[in-house]
Amino acid sequence: MNILTVRDLHASYGAIQVLHGVDLEVSKGGATAVLGANGAGKTTLLRAICGMVKRSGTIEFDGQPIDKLATADIARRGIAHVPQGRGTFATLTAEENLRLGAVTRRDAKQRARDFALVYEYFPRLYERRAQQAGTLSGGEQQMLAVGRALMLEPKLLVLDEPSFGLAPRITQEIFAIMRKINREQHVSVLVVEQNANLALDFADRAVVLETGNVVTQGSPDDMRNNQEIQRAYLGY
Amino acid sequence: MQSQSLEAMSVAKNLPRWPVRRVVPALFVVLACALPFVVSNYRTFQLNMVFISTIALLGLNLLTGYNGQISLGHGAFYAIGAYTTAILMDRFNCPYVVAIASSGVICMGAGWLFGLPALRLEGLYLALATFALGVCLPQILKYKGIEDWTGGVQGITLIKPDAPLGLPLSPDQWLYFVSLGILLLLVWVAHNLVTSHTGRAIMAIRDNPLAATAMGIDLARYKTTTFGISAMFTGIAGGLSALTVQFVAPDSFSILVSAGFLVGIVVGGLASLSGALYGALFLQFVPNLADQISKAAPWAIYGVVLIGFVYLMPAGIAGFVHRALASVKSSSRKP
Amino acid sequence: MEQLLHQIASGLATGGVYASLALALVMIYQATHHVNFAQGELAMCSTYLAWWLVSAGVPYWIAFVITVAVSFVFGMGIERVLIRRVERAPILSVVIVFIGMQFILNSLAGWIFGYTIQSFPSPFPEESPWGNPYINSHELGIVAVTFVVVGLLWGFFRFTTLGLALRGAAANSDSAALCGIRVGSMLALGWGLAAAIGAVAGMLIAPVVFLDPNMMGGILIYAFAAALLGGIDSPVGAVIGGFSLGVLENLAGAYVIGTELKLTVALITIVAVLVVKPSGLLGKVVVTRV
Repeated sequence: MNILTVRDLHASYGAIQVLHGVDLEVSKGGATAVLGANGAGKTTLLRAICGMVKRSGTIEFDGQPIDKLATADIARRGIAHVPQGRGTFATLTAEENLRLGAVTRRDAKQRARDFALVYEYFPRLYERRAQQAGTLSGGEQQMLAVGRALMLEPKLLVLDEPSFGLAPRITQEIFAIMRKINREQHVSVLVVEQNANLALDFADRAVVLETGNVVTQGSPDDMRNNQEIQRAYLGY
Repeated sequence: MQSQSLEAMSVAKNLPRWPVRRVVPALFVVLACALPFVVSNYRTFQLNMVFISTIALLGLNLLTGYNGQISLGHGAFYAIGAYTTAILMDRFNCPYVVAIASSGVICMGAGWLFGLPALRLEGLYLALATFALGVCLPQILKYKGIEDWTGGVQGITLIKPDAPLGLPLSPDQWLYFVSLGILLLLVWVAHNLVTSHTGRAIMAIRDNPLAATAMGIDLARYKTTTFGISAMFTGIAGGLSALTVQFVAPDSFSILVSAGFLVGIVVGGLASLSGALYGALFLQFVPNLADQISKAAPWAIYGVVLIGFVYLMPAGIAGFVHRALASVKSSSRKP
Repeated sequence: MEQLLHQIASGLATGGVYASLALALVMIYQATHHVNFAQGELAMCSTYLAWWLVSAGVPYWIAFVITVAVSFVFGMGIERVLIRRVERAPILSVVIVFIGMQFILNSLAGWIFGYTIQSFPSPFPEESPWGNPYINSHELGIVAVTFVVVGLLWGFFRFTTLGLALRGAAANSDSAALCGIRVGSMLALGWGLAAAIGAVAGMLIAPVVFLDPNMMGGILIYAFAAALLGGIDSPVGAVIGGFSLGVLENLAGAYVIGTELKLTVALITIVAVLVVKPSGLLGKVVVTRV
């Protein structure tokens, strides 16, 4: 059972075609990693799924087509996107950032529980909850972004390069939390990651993109054992 | 049917390849020189004002269209130019040629001075500051402290000069030719400026200031200079207007003058020299027509036109004309 | 001394109007990063609506509420119809659309209601409160209403979910969309609120400056100056800037440069702020990384 099925996805920025027919799946409760060099179109792929760029093709989420929906509506369906660069609401406090994640929800009790959950996963955020979000460190802002995504009560968590610009230790922390979210909250994950090692340790499925095309996909073991892929895409 | 279109195409093919760039301006000059002798004095006055507005719009277009610095208060330079000419002629008995030239010089200095703080203001902040300047100007002009010079609320009246050397021209006609002459000179200056390396730098600053800096263009120098030159053009127009209307008073230079200039360059076409003329024609004749409908109509039309042009004709009339000419040229080239 | 106190008091009153308009300007700026040049004309049109209602016999406070509600809807409509299409256009296009709107609104008012100056009623009693010589009821009323409006807005933004969503949309529209916020609706809401505030400001100042299509021109310049002084992205700054500027204007007019040049105070403030500290007293300095 797939939570997300993407077929023949094309995406463009104005006249420039970036994705040329991408196929992709994320299984329910599973985690798919998207790998590839810079400029492969990984970020565009995530943005296309969330309706932020001009796209064509089929995208099915939880059994429903979402390829014609606007970004806000896709978010309301249960896809939480943690963008590259965190997308922090810099002028608001950390707590307000989290509250914004839940702004479309009506269930007050569950919301309060999710708040507590986020602070449990990220105790540092609780300490800094009244601080202006733009003044938090990179790692804290990443945690904030993930926390904000969680507040959406998503079925699918989409992350764009969560390790970007972060020290290795923090990155480990973040991925550990992501694992917890995936296993304990049963949230499916789609993650774009430059750090192939981390990604392959985390996911149960990997997709490799090159200039807008899927060149190969399979289990992490397949990726690790395939020498050519290792050399060409994983930098071993 | 087919033979008709074949004929049409062959006629087009037989048209000599006149260089439009040379012929049209020459035709314009010839026409312009002939007009005062065939139309009424009032019309001559109106056409004179068209030339003056064209000069003013050239100035504003240089700054906003070519260099991207938004000025909503260019009427201030118009006013400074007008008052300079009026004061020099009325209080100091200056000959009008010197007076108008002085207007140009003083406005160039004023523009350059205003360009200095303007360096720190981007886009809408500059629009805001110039807007405030335009609104406050009539009040400043009315200030009792400088009344001895400016004539306060009453302003200053001037007398139109007679044609020199006993030429058989009425004062209106003579002024018409003075304006025309100055216009042609300034168009030549503007054209040379815009097509030169300086012009390219100016436009580069408009399109991408960061990239321009990276290419070694001295933003500060070019932007303040453009401000100065732009103000000079509009100042000269102001001086000419003082002479033509024979009168300067604070209430003639309200924010509406600046607003009108903006309408002129949008309608005529930003970053276009011919656009200044189209805009000036619009400003001179459309409000008169609109006034006949109702007192409120001219500004309503301005508003609708402004918004309409932004959505529908962002390149103004000049852009439209260029495209029309281009499509005629390309269809006449078909085999 | 009595003169001084009176100048300060009436300065606070006009300052209240500047503060309200400045607040409207800041709200739209925060949401769209555009300065609404037509804010004054919108307020003027709303005031004419109120005048027409009152002239037709509607009791003042009912006319007040109707005007505010209609202005709110009208503001939302303008955002939907005009502004949305130029949201991402170059700055010059946006400025031009605003100025065009200003012309149209001004002409509309002139055409429908004429250019004769009208008087506008004040809901506050004639006599000064407790017979004091410094501030009359209307001026006190302006200050009070300003505080109420500011207080309501503050409460709305700080304590309601909708207010938070509006702030989020203004702070980062992309991320807001990712949280499920329909940013377009938020912008329309912001415009509606700004128009409503403008209506209140117009109705407050009309009894003082009298009603005619050009009444808001100078006041708008002051509102700009106040918004810039306080910080174009700081609502608190707008309020402080407004009151300060009102007092400053009166004191400068009475003691320094004479009443004819009062508008120049605004101009000098604008230029001074933009040149010395563009972020204003309370605004945040935004550093753009190249």
